Amino acid sequence: MSETKSSELQNGLLFERPLLEMEQKIEELRRLAQNTHLDLSGEIKALEARLRSQTAEVYAGLTPWEKVIVARHAERPMTSDYIAMMLDDFTELHGDRLYGDDRAIVTGLAQMGGVRFMLIGHRKGKSVKDRLACNFGCAHPEGYRKALLKMRLAEKLRIPIVTFINTPGAYPGIGAEERGQAGAIATNILAMFGLRVPIISIVIGEGGSGGALGIGIGDRVGILEHAYYSVITPEGCAAILWKAGDKAAEAAAALKLTSADLRKHGLVDDVIEEPLGGAHRDVRGTVERVKARISSWLSELAELPIETLLEQRHHKFRSMGLPAEGVTETAVGVS
Amino acid sequence: MAWTRFTKKKDMPGGLWIKCESCGSMLFRKEFESRHRVCASCGYHFTLPGRERVELTADEGSFVELFADLVAEDRLGFVDKVPYAEKLTQTREKTGEADAMIVGTCTVHGIPCVLGVMNFAFLGGSMGMVVGEKVARAVETALERKIPVILVACSGGARMHEGAISLMQMAKTCATLAKLQAAGGFSISVMTHPTTGGVTASFASVCDLLIAEPGALIGFAGPRVIATTIKKELPKGFQRAEFLLEKGQIDRIVPRDQLRAELAKLMAYATGRDVVAAAQTPPKAEPSPSAPGKDAGKKKKGKRDKAEPGPGDGKRGADGAEA
Repeated sequence: MSETKSSELQNGLLFERPLLEMEQKIEELRRLAQNTHLDLSGEIKALEARLRSQTAEVYAGLTPWEKVIVARHAERPMTSDYIAMMLDDFTELHGDRLYGDDRAIVTGLAQMGGVRFMLIGHRKGKSVKDRLACNFGCAHPEGYRKALLKMRLAEKLRIPIVTFINTPGAYPGIGAEERGQAGAIATNILAMFGLRVPIISIVIGEGGSGGALGIGIGDRVGILEHAYYSVITPEGCAAILWKAGDKAAEAAAALKLTSADLRKHGLVDDVIEEPLGGAHRDVRGTVERVKARISSWLSELAELPIETLLEQRHHKFRSMGLPAEGVTETAVGVS
Repeated sequence: MAWTRFTKKKDMPGGLWIKCESCGSMLFRKEFESRHRVCASCGYHFTLPGRERVELTADEGSFVELFADLVAEDRLGFVDKVPYAEKLTQTREKTGEADAMIVGTCTVHGIPCVLGVMNFAFLGGSMGMVVGEKVARAVETALERKIPVILVACSGGARMHEGAISLMQMAKTCATLAKLQAAGGFSISVMTHPTTGGVTASFASVCDLLIAEPGALIGFAGPRVIATTIKKELPKGFQRAEFLLEKGQIDRIVPRDQLRAELAKLMAYATGRDVVAAAQTPPKAEPSPSAPGKDAGKKKKGKRDKAEPGPGDGKRGADGAEA
């Protein structure tokens, strides 16, 4: 427990400090009660109630930048947690059959409560070694090509596709550019509009720009309450528009990247509420909520004729960000 | 040439001369502009303003602008140093353009098509809701009228001021291109200096043919971001058009002075016209008649006039796309 707390502080969750102090106090009282055989249950209960209300208060009042920090929390459930806790079977499928097996995206066949689907997800890794191997969730073109190859297999097998989005962004590197990072992402986006099986996408942590969208064209797109989805990282935005990397908090606010903002602008279909105090406080609880969402969406989408599904998928993204129409209807100039 | 020895801009009478960004030569502005902003000395292709690109590409008098009244809104209330709404107004005034994309129909050596051109001068050619919508409508127009679409990219990427709305324009543009492709339509992407970020990672990379101008910077991440990430200097020529060609990412590199003929040729291949004839400059086209060919959409997909309206025969596509 105390290990978790100190690592949380290291992770920069300063706004959690009062909560952690209170948790420590409760812990101390418990120890004291045990050692002295005093009855402190009343005090402990009261403190616990206060902790709950304060946690709720802190998490209800998170700034966009604080949400970004929560979304990046090391103990937040990642794709690997969902795979481990949510599925009855997972059979990983590797490689793009062209260049390599990008560890930053995991793909494989999954069964969950009797339903089979193709799972595609960004993988960040937990240990330092894992994180390095997964390139911190920043995929290369081979990752996107692997994802597309497996999605095409899903189409052939007539099983739905479920994608988990959790990436700071596609990797900006020499090899990535040489092998066509932009083209790989664009190809995926285009191809997903034609895949003749239902697609569900869940943003579980970071929805980093094109790297997220490359596996993000879902018939239903859900986002966890404290996850974010953005055109650019707050740090990147701050560096470009403010010319100062330390303006990330301002940039995060300006970008309107929170789940509530996305819902408001019609860019996601649903916000999945997180357990009290964020997903990292209750990994299993979070996984259960996501699982329930996926299950209900899977059965909902299974009812739709495929042509309707494709038409709705097209229409949904086609309608995002419709600009204002001026006075004249169409042609300016000769008309 | 003696004048290439001039180096300091202030030595030149105001605006008459321009210095090449690449080789440093001093270029006489009038000549430079008549060469469509290509350096006479080293061949460096400067970024071409959107309207000049239209002029370069479309047959004279054939371009009819569409959707020019679409305007962006500041839906997020985005403020960095100035509010986005203010920035939009200022940029509209400065550039005389509504946004960073110009779309219309035209003919190229007599071949009707839809032309979409990005304008870098408008907030770095960034893609927000208007650019995304115009690309989508350009593609849909091509689909309706069964004519090719040419999209000329010139952009720093998505428009941050519109947040995730701008991100979703990647999806929007690709959605329409997916439809066009499924219907057998034909699209050409011309990537010019610079084409990066969300534009490269969406419509610009998924057209049937990918053409680049010489020396154009084309990539997903900007070179500065990459250099900062990997903490290394980037190899010479990295992310340039020639680099992309060598790495197998694009079909062709076409110098600006040959671009129009090349586009005509490629469209001739795609639409069953004589390619040799299409490559030749046609006699001056008459100003285009107005009425959009409503009947065009009803024609059978892929089937064109038997008469093969060549570039020189004065007969425009019966599909009426010149409207």
